[in-house]
Amino acid sequence: MFDLVSFIPRAVAQSIPLLYGSTGETITEKSGNLNLGIPGVMYVGAISGVIGSFLYEQSGAQINGFLAIMIPLVCCMIGSLLMGLLYCFLTVTLRANQNVTGLAMTTFGVGFGNFFGGSLMKLTASEVPSIALTTTSNYFRTTLPFAESTGWVGKVFFSYGFLAYLAIIIALVAAHVLKKTRVGLQLRAVGESPSTADAAGINITRYKYFATCLGCVIAGLGGLYYVMDYANGVWSNDGFGDRGWLAIALVIFTIWRPNIGVLASMLFGGLYILYLYIPTGMNLSIKELYKMLPYVVTIVVLVITSMRNKRENQPPASLGLNYFREER
Amino acid sequence: MSSNTAAVRMRNITKTFGTTVANHDVNLDIRRGEILALLGENGSGKTTLMNMLSGIYYPDSGQIFIDGQEVSISSPREAFEYGIGMIHQHFKLVDVLTAAENIVLGLKEEGRLNLAAASERIRKICDAYGFEVNPDQKIYDMSVSQKQTVEIVKVLYRGADILILDEPTAVLTPQETDKLFAVLRNMKKDNKAIVIITHKLHEVEDISDRVAVLRRGEYVGEMITKETNAQEMTNMMVGRAVSLNIDRPEPKDVKDRIRIEGLSVKSEDGIQKLKDVSFAIRSGEILGIAGISGSGQKELLEAIAGLQPVEAGSISYVDDSGKAVEMIGKDPLAIQGLGVSLSFVPEDRLGMGLVGSMDLTDNMMLRSYRKGRSGFTDRKTPKALAQKVVEDLEVVTPGLTTPVRRLSGGNVQKVLVGREIASAPTVLLTAYAVRGLDINSSYTIYNLLNEQKKKGVAVVYVGEDLDVLLELCDRILVLCGGQVSGIVNGPGAVKEEIGLMMTKLGGGRSE
Repeated sequence: MFDLVSFIPRAVAQSIPLLYGSTGETITEKSGNLNLGIPGVMYVGAISGVIGSFLYEQSGAQINGFLAIMIPLVCCMIGSLLMGLLYCFLTVTLRANQNVTGLAMTTFGVGFGNFFGGSLMKLTASEVPSIALTTTSNYFRTTLPFAESTGWVGKVFFSYGFLAYLAIIIALVAAHVLKKTRVGLQLRAVGESPSTADAAGINITRYKYFATCLGCVIAGLGGLYYVMDYANGVWSNDGFGDRGWLAIALVIFTIWRPNIGVLASMLFGGLYILYLYIPTGMNLSIKELYKMLPYVVTIVVLVITSMRNKRENQPPASLGLNYFREER
Repeated sequence: MSSNTAAVRMRNITKTFGTTVANHDVNLDIRRGEILALLGENGSGKTTLMNMLSGIYYPDSGQIFIDGQEVSISSPREAFEYGIGMIHQHFKLVDVLTAAENIVLGLKEEGRLNLAAASERIRKICDAYGFEVNPDQKIYDMSVSQKQTVEIVKVLYRGADILILDEPTAVLTPQETDKLFAVLRNMKKDNKAIVIITHKLHEVEDISDRVAVLRRGEYVGEMITKETNAQEMTNMMVGRAVSLNIDRPEPKDVKDRIRIEGLSVKSEDGIQKLKDVSFAIRSGEILGIAGISGSGQKELLEAIAGLQPVEAGSISYVDDSGKAVEMIGKDPLAIQGLGVSLSFVPEDRLGMGLVGSMDLTDNMMLRSYRKGRSGFTDRKTPKALAQKVVEDLEVVTPGLTTPVRRLSGGNVQKVLVGREIASAPTVLLTAYAVRGLDINSSYTIYNLLNEQKKKGVAVVYVGEDLDVLLELCDRILVLCGGQVSGIVNGPGAVKEEIGLMMTKLGGGRSE
């Protein structure tokens, strides 16, 4: 019997980092920047939060709940913001190739995470290759008080830490802003046709910087959620895995709509852990096949949207291209 | 305000791109209640000069005065604030947005985004000047002329009273042009200052009050339109006397080269593009193809070049000995091997035939890299060819190593046509070979085509300007809705008759 009540919360928990990543990447891509550095940004976001939290826990002071959340949160946001600024400086100001920059940033971000992760492990001189920030994690994992008492409803809807709800709120707000507001309209114009937007008097550089940095900060929170909530405050090197790439695939899957992302990320999350719920016996290779599912679904969606060829469902027209006004 | 105060005065404007001097010490006055035509050859810096008014470029030196006040326009937004609006040659519209969304784009209005109110204002502007725009229509659903209308409404919506139109008629049909001109006259009555850049001299005579001429980035002078004529304007533009008559040498040794019988083509969406088209392309003559745009010209040429799947019919190539070879089913490379060369100039000049980021020599090599047996490519011949094209066709370029996309539109076209002719074809297919070209370059192209004709090449010339077709071509095939409306002999053909045939099969004569 398939246990939905235990499956759904796990799928949701699995989906939140993806949702953060894809919302951030969608906002970024709407400005015409294809930031393939998102996996790296999420690593940097996570490790920055871990570093902040580690130093606070080790400082010997009385742990205050508010600070225990705010310190890693702010550290994470600063870390990912710096990554965003770096990406923008390279691609917008210096007009470096976006793909190369993004891939380099992913390599850098993962290395950065593992390097400082390793350093912290050395500092604690722990036996296992991981750092546990249990106190901080407990604050992040605090659920609504009535989650325990409401049976399966509580389990399915209320059993998550605040970062999970924040992810959904951010995605919905992002969808609304993109679709209904002046800022959203202008951001979409920048991503579709920067020369048009420029001629209309929109500051391309400002929009690209702002959208990309905001996107990175949001994506970074996904990394923080993973460590503090999903992984119970345990950082282990390479623990985050390929979730960053999955988040980028999710952007395509949702055809650049963050509100679809809310449900789509849960579908991806579910597919990602489906192998745990389907008896596969001892055959590990079958598990690996199940892990493929999210990517297979993305390819199917790509095929379908390309075949239907509806203009609204295509990527922003100038995605991946840098803009220089006096270039013709 | 008196209608004779200069709305804009540009003084000693200089702008360089790298080593290219686009404008040098240019002075120009733009007045209210007047339509100024800005004339100049391709690459003479007309667009650059206007871009400095619209805030796209910033002048290296010189002054701009608006209503007597010296101003500095460093961004498009500042240009709006001074009431300057430019309608660019390549439309600045976002395809996936609606007309209304495009129009309000970039505006700093108070409060929330209110598209309903914007649509209302758009309708009012449309009523005032006689436009037809559906504010909720997406741009990608619109025709070229509808897009242009959106552009003009966009500029008016921003309250512009100095309007600059960069080659607005290049992509319009004669009827659409008339409509546009009616609107421009309305705006002139409304005391707006209007600048129009165009290469079509009869339009200059038709619409403008004053003509200013640029030559190689420098201001040459200005004239009152009524007191001048096409010949004088051309001479001033080119800098020497140019004959405005197109030669038509007697065709010699005329033989069928390509026979087309019962050709039918359907587009991917199943729309009938060509229906039962039959005619012959003959060596030693120029066959003109006339028709309203979209009547099947593109499909016809592409079918001959092997780029278009054919539904029915036959296209056969006849060689000198009279032997016929079926061309349908051959791939484009094999067809090129027969000596059929397609120099198709699509709406997007770089779309087919040239690679924008490659330089002139490399673009020449696109045609020749398969030649030779060595594993290494030969760069000397293409380089010499590029040099020859630049000299013969007077291509304005800083050098052979400049990426093609940096050249102005007309010069790009010259490079393309020059290369195709250099491949010594037996059949030369050209479409809109002079679209957007200035008068001098156009004549250069006509002469090139005539030379090919004298060499015995079968030339097909798909054109828009009926006057040119009548003067240049030996025979004119008229297409109407994908069918042959008739074939008339060039000498003695009547413009009105062809015009009728374009709109009605067979010219509407009852038989």
